[in-house]
Amino acid sequence: MEGALSILSKEKQQDGPLLRVEGLSKFYGGRIGCADVSFDLWPGEVLGIVGESGSGKSTLLSCLAGHLSPDRGEVIYAGRDTVTMPEPERRMLGRTDWAFVHQNPRDGLRMGVSAGGNVGERLMAVGARNYGAIRETASDWLGRVEISPGRIDDRPRQFSGGMQQRLQIARNLVTGPKLVFMDEPTGGLDVSVQARLLDLLRGLVRDMGLAVIIVTHDLAVARLLAHRLMVMKDGRVIEAGLTDQVLDDPQAAYTQLLVSSVLQV
Amino acid sequence: MIEIENLSKSFTLHNQGGAVIPVMTGATLRVAPGECVALTGQSGAGKSTLMRMIYGNYLAAGGSLRVGGLDVTRATPREIIALRRETLGYVSQFLRVVPRVPTRAVVAEPLLALGRPAEEAFARAETLLRELNIPERLWGLSPTTFSGGEQQRVNIARGFAHDYPALLLDEPTASLDAVNREVVLRLIEGAKARGAAIIGIFHDEAARARVADREIDVTEFTPRKAA
Repeated sequence: MEGALSILSKEKQQDGPLLRVEGLSKFYGGRIGCADVSFDLWPGEVLGIVGESGSGKSTLLSCLAGHLSPDRGEVIYAGRDTVTMPEPERRMLGRTDWAFVHQNPRDGLRMGVSAGGNVGERLMAVGARNYGAIRETASDWLGRVEISPGRIDDRPRQFSGGMQQRLQIARNLVTGPKLVFMDEPTGGLDVSVQARLLDLLRGLVRDMGLAVIIVTHDLAVARLLAHRLMVMKDGRVIEAGLTDQVLDDPQAAYTQLLVSSVLQV
Repeated sequence: MIEIENLSKSFTLHNQGGAVIPVMTGATLRVAPGECVALTGQSGAGKSTLMRMIYGNYLAAGGSLRVGGLDVTRATPREIIALRRETLGYVSQFLRVVPRVPTRAVVAEPLLALGRPAEEAFARAETLLRELNIPERLWGLSPTTFSGGEQQRVNIARGFAHDYPALLLDEPTASLDAVNREVVLRLIEGAKARGAAIIGIFHDEAARARVADREIDVTEFTPRKAA
């Protein structure tokens, strides 16, 4: 399934990073949303973006995912600049190679449509038409995110918060994306439910070779999920590196303050 | 396999008046394949700090530090991740895992990360857990609820799942009973025999004498207080 749906040639993705971001900036009038952000992301890598509310991490994620248009900079995905790409192509990318997991499952799910429909809909958006095959794939994915296939016809509003979040993940991953954006995916969940979701995400990242950009203010989540971290403050990246190095030997004053303010990470 | 030259480290505490605390200077050592070097020196002398720098967990202030040819002080995060996956194992004193993940999967994970088939990875995990006397009824449970000694053994099983060419062992026999201590010492001897370069911290003197070929007192690398 994956690959066949990719609209971009595979060869271009073999060598070099999957995503290359150069000098990305977004301004709200005179105020900085995010400024001069540059990084590379390779297949199978999980990049965590951490910082307090208002640090620009969500603005950055929106610019990367094409939900906001940046004022400056490039977002090169598999050799193509997605900032200057025509809108229909970018939308197609959002349905095939890319996925976006929202903090609130309500923003990423259709609450009036059944669980199976939520997963199947994304398949249909990329051309799947055989009802039996779609239902079978949907049922398989519900199983992979630990939702009983017996609930395939239930509406998401009958699900708990943790189940809704897992359903949102199934809906996003069913088309075999290569790059997944996540905005506080464990926010608002109970700690035990968070742990289950983290375990699930780690397995999917490893088995599908996903590249992930995850925004979180929770350093414990970042430590368990991200290979690398970028620390943001006032719209700028003030420190970046290997996750455990940034958390255990932070160099910037702000990162030291951030890390020392947490009870135990 | 591990080559350290003139390595130094200091911590800058920005939120405590910008105090700069030098903790290591001129650290130099080499570990060949099949050799085990024990770090000695009193608590606070910098044994764990040196080990963390080798693992890329702490940044170096100066000098060079090569593991399997890669200069860890200049490597990108991506290169260090690959080094940790393939070349350099680390048994720390504390087990840090995602809650809820079964013990069997915790131990198999390093092999799964290398892309080994699941059956092979889990079979290896079970062999190690059995050797280390973790009762089979616990394999399906998360180690977060285990006793200190059991967690330590799970940590060791995980550290020895893959045959890393280089290994860092921080107090691998602490909090183990005599039987399990013997199992761990045999694992270390086995790793040496297959050619692993090992750096260890052992408070257990008898264990150190048995597995270490040389000792290095890290107090030599502790910066002298300016008079």
